[in-house]
Amino acid sequence: MNMSTLATPQVITLQIDGQDVSARADESILDVARENGIDIPTMCHLDGLDPVGACRLCLIEIEGTPKLLPACMTYAEEGMRVLTDSPRLQKYRRTILELIFAERNHVCSVCVSNGHCELQNMAVKLGVSHVTVAYRYPKMEVDSSHDRFRLDHNRCILCTRCVRVCDAVEGAHTKDVMGRGVLSAIIHDLNEPWGDSDTCTSCGKCVHVCPTGALVEKGTASSEMAKRTQFLPYLTRMREHHS
Amino acid sequence: MSSETAKPKVATIWLDGCSGCHMSLLDTDERLVDLVNAVDVIYSPIVDPKQFPEDVTVTLVEGAVSSEHDREMALIIRKNSKLVVSLGDCAVTGNVPAMRNAFKTTELLDRAYKENAAHNAKHPTVGLSPLIEKAQPLHAVIDVDLFLPGCPPPADAIFTLITDILAGRETQVTELTRFGR
Repeated sequence: MNMSTLATPQVITLQIDGQDVSARADESILDVARENGIDIPTMCHLDGLDPVGACRLCLIEIEGTPKLLPACMTYAEEGMRVLTDSPRLQKYRRTILELIFAERNHVCSVCVSNGHCELQNMAVKLGVSHVTVAYRYPKMEVDSSHDRFRLDHNRCILCTRCVRVCDAVEGAHTKDVMGRGVLSAIIHDLNEPWGDSDTCTSCGKCVHVCPTGALVEKGTASSEMAKRTQFLPYLTRMREHHS
Repeated sequence: MSSETAKPKVATIWLDGCSGCHMSLLDTDERLVDLVNAVDVIYSPIVDPKQFPEDVTVTLVEGAVSSEHDREMALIIRKNSKLVVSLGDCAVTGNVPAMRNAFKTTELLDRAYKENAAHNAKHPTVGLSPLIEKAQPLHAVIDVDLFLPGCPPPADAIFTLITDILAGRETQVTELTRFGR
């Protein structure tokens, strides 16, 4: 290998929560923070999938910028001063989480993912004991047409982890998002029942990256649906080694 | 007698709930004796009075607000209580009772009293309070001071909350319980 062709990664110094940290220019604030033991809450982020900034829980404040920016989609810059846990951010994060709870029908007590749910755990983490915004109670469909898996739209938070893993890791792109705003929903192929999909390989990756009980294995009862996401960083790393 | 009346007055009630939160309260076991010594339970499904009393120190409310009667009780509870606690997921979130909210109340009543009835298929007219359009968490109807989620909240969480209230301490409820539990 000719070492001279390798670009030297640009090293940047910035400040996160008053702590001086160094980063590469291609690193997100989220990555840099986590490398330095600074925890920023996330729902849509998953190591091994490209970030999309969908859930907005990782919003941060950057000195000199009036807007709040998602840490997963914001890249480190020289001299940046970042706040990840200001009272303002804590308040917005709680409200964002409450909006997620209120948007669909999350009934933890009867959910197969009760006790294994990232949304439920996030409420504990952010100290959300109740939802102050009005619940919407939309009438949502449950797609049980697949032999092994079920999609319950009531419990979906539209993080799009399933869409991304299906496209980028499995290469099938069976899943996607249709509609706008509160009418957005996960679909299969051209909005067909999951069981009728010609492209789905039934690999189950979508089920195991889903943070809630929206995507589950059939035959699980209340509290039984533990997810296994360990495969994803492993697969990603093996592919990086081969490419 | 004077020392008796000086104790904080506690009321407990269930609206549209399954009584599970009250069962969890009873699961505080022998600590119930300490509680009963520390407070006067002046209204509850487990004591005699039928009228919701005036001048209550703390009221624990289990269940969602689902009927006209629930709503009337909620307003009385708020008016007569210094502190109102939403006890459990139905009061805090609507939980299972709110799963009917995607349907019209007439659809629900048809399902329960007509489609599944072998005899005398008709909506009840006597003795049952009319359903309100949507089952609501308690704080959608009245101001609520404290929230203890869980289905049910664990006995330890209920005991800690009550003893904290009596001692004037703040409770970090999400360290004790969570939605669903």
